[in-house]
Amino acid sequence: MLAKRIIPCLDVDCGRVVKGTKFVELKDAGDPVELARRYDKEGADELVFLDITASSDKRGIMLDVVKRVSEQVFIPFTVGGGIKTIEEIREILRNGADKVSLNTAAIEDPALVKSASEEFGSQCIVVAIDAKRGSVYKYGGREDTGMDAVQWARRAEALGAGEILLTSMDADGTRKGFDQELTRAVAGAVNIPVIASGGAGTPRDIYNVLEYADAALAAGIFHYGAYSIQEVKDYLRKKGMQVRL
Amino acid sequence: MIAIVDYGMGNIRSVEKALQKAGAEVVVTSDAEAIREADGVVVPGVGAFDSAMKRLGPFREAILGSIEDGKPFLGICLGMQVLVEKSEEGKEPGLGVVKGRVVRFRGVKTPHVGWNQLEMEPGCPLFKGIPQESRVYFVHSYYAVPGEQVIASKTEYGTMFCSAIWKKNVLATQFHPEKSGEAGLKMLKNFVELVE
Repeated sequence: MLAKRIIPCLDVDCGRVVKGTKFVELKDAGDPVELARRYDKEGADELVFLDITASSDKRGIMLDVVKRVSEQVFIPFTVGGGIKTIEEIREILRNGADKVSLNTAAIEDPALVKSASEEFGSQCIVVAIDAKRGSVYKYGGREDTGMDAVQWARRAEALGAGEILLTSMDADGTRKGFDQELTRAVAGAVNIPVIASGGAGTPRDIYNVLEYADAALAAGIFHYGAYSIQEVKDYLRKKGMQVRL
Repeated sequence: MIAIVDYGMGNIRSVEKALQKAGAEVVVTSDAEAIREADGVVVPGVGAFDSAMKRLGPFREAILGSIEDGKPFLGICLGMQVLVEKSEEGKEPGLGVVKGRVVRFRGVKTPHVGWNQLEMEPGCPLFKGIPQESRVYFVHSYYAVPGEQVIASKTEYGTMFCSAIWKKNVLATQFHPEKSGEAGLKMLKNFVELVE
């Protein structure tokens, strides 16, 4: 049977991981490649790198990270953050990423999702949705688009998205559990996999959201050492869930 | 030397790096001559069937010739699907190395994404040392239905589908060994050993 996926997310700024990490014994805890290898060893099923570099002239640094990760980590990984054009997508994939995630660009230019999925295949196009009280936000959660999250997810699927990465801004950072209601609504409305994000505090939270979602994305719970990926997976398995061990 | 056929369909780099990690000498090539001369051929690929068949056109004879010579061949994902005769996804004919057709998943979330298990038939050289029910990484919407006895493994996703093919020197996986962690690297090592 298909396993539920556990996906750590790494925020990268100018080629360095910027969110704190528990891997204190690492020589260089800010090196994305070293962290990626560590998460791979711990049993991560996939990785997501979110490029939060603000200035576009430093974007090339991310391509170098992608290249180095693909040389040393043999599990799938996704790159997101500020991607706007087919050419940028092509470069990221060519350097070894398996998928790209599109957020604001997909909202402002839905045709990009369509042309990207036709060009590279749906399997590598993830549409990321940031939602607050059911409404879709863009520019990293700064601007309300007024669009309904469920409807936008449906449209993204129709445009050719292969997966939805759904972040609840209400739950994000609270560590009080995922947004069950939002996740259930979106996962029930589309026929493509949904990755739930935002709010993971305990293995139980992850178990709960995986009732609806196909995968759970988390950052803080792993970075700050509350739980290891293995601990989360052991918990899920004991509860009868299919996981890759 | 293993030739990875670069026909413009997807993440070649991961396959190259994983094969190198598995100890292979590889060349990524769009040159029919280099494919013909290599000791083994790998056809990776993600994307649509028709555009893959069109782009494979110039390499068709070289690939078929290498297979006919008995050299090890590995098709990955779309590189497995192109081996059969036709696909529901398109109109172009496949390579026809294996009888059969490609069909789309029905009644389940599509694409099939993630780590799923292998129910392996005994004897396939690719799976030497791989424990039964090992998990490997899949991402696809279509799968091959062989019309002859070549199934090396099956996987359950709404239906039991053929997740790997073994026909003499021809091996193919619907999953991505290059993205399947330790298990995948072991399979690639097995393939490299066949080539050597």
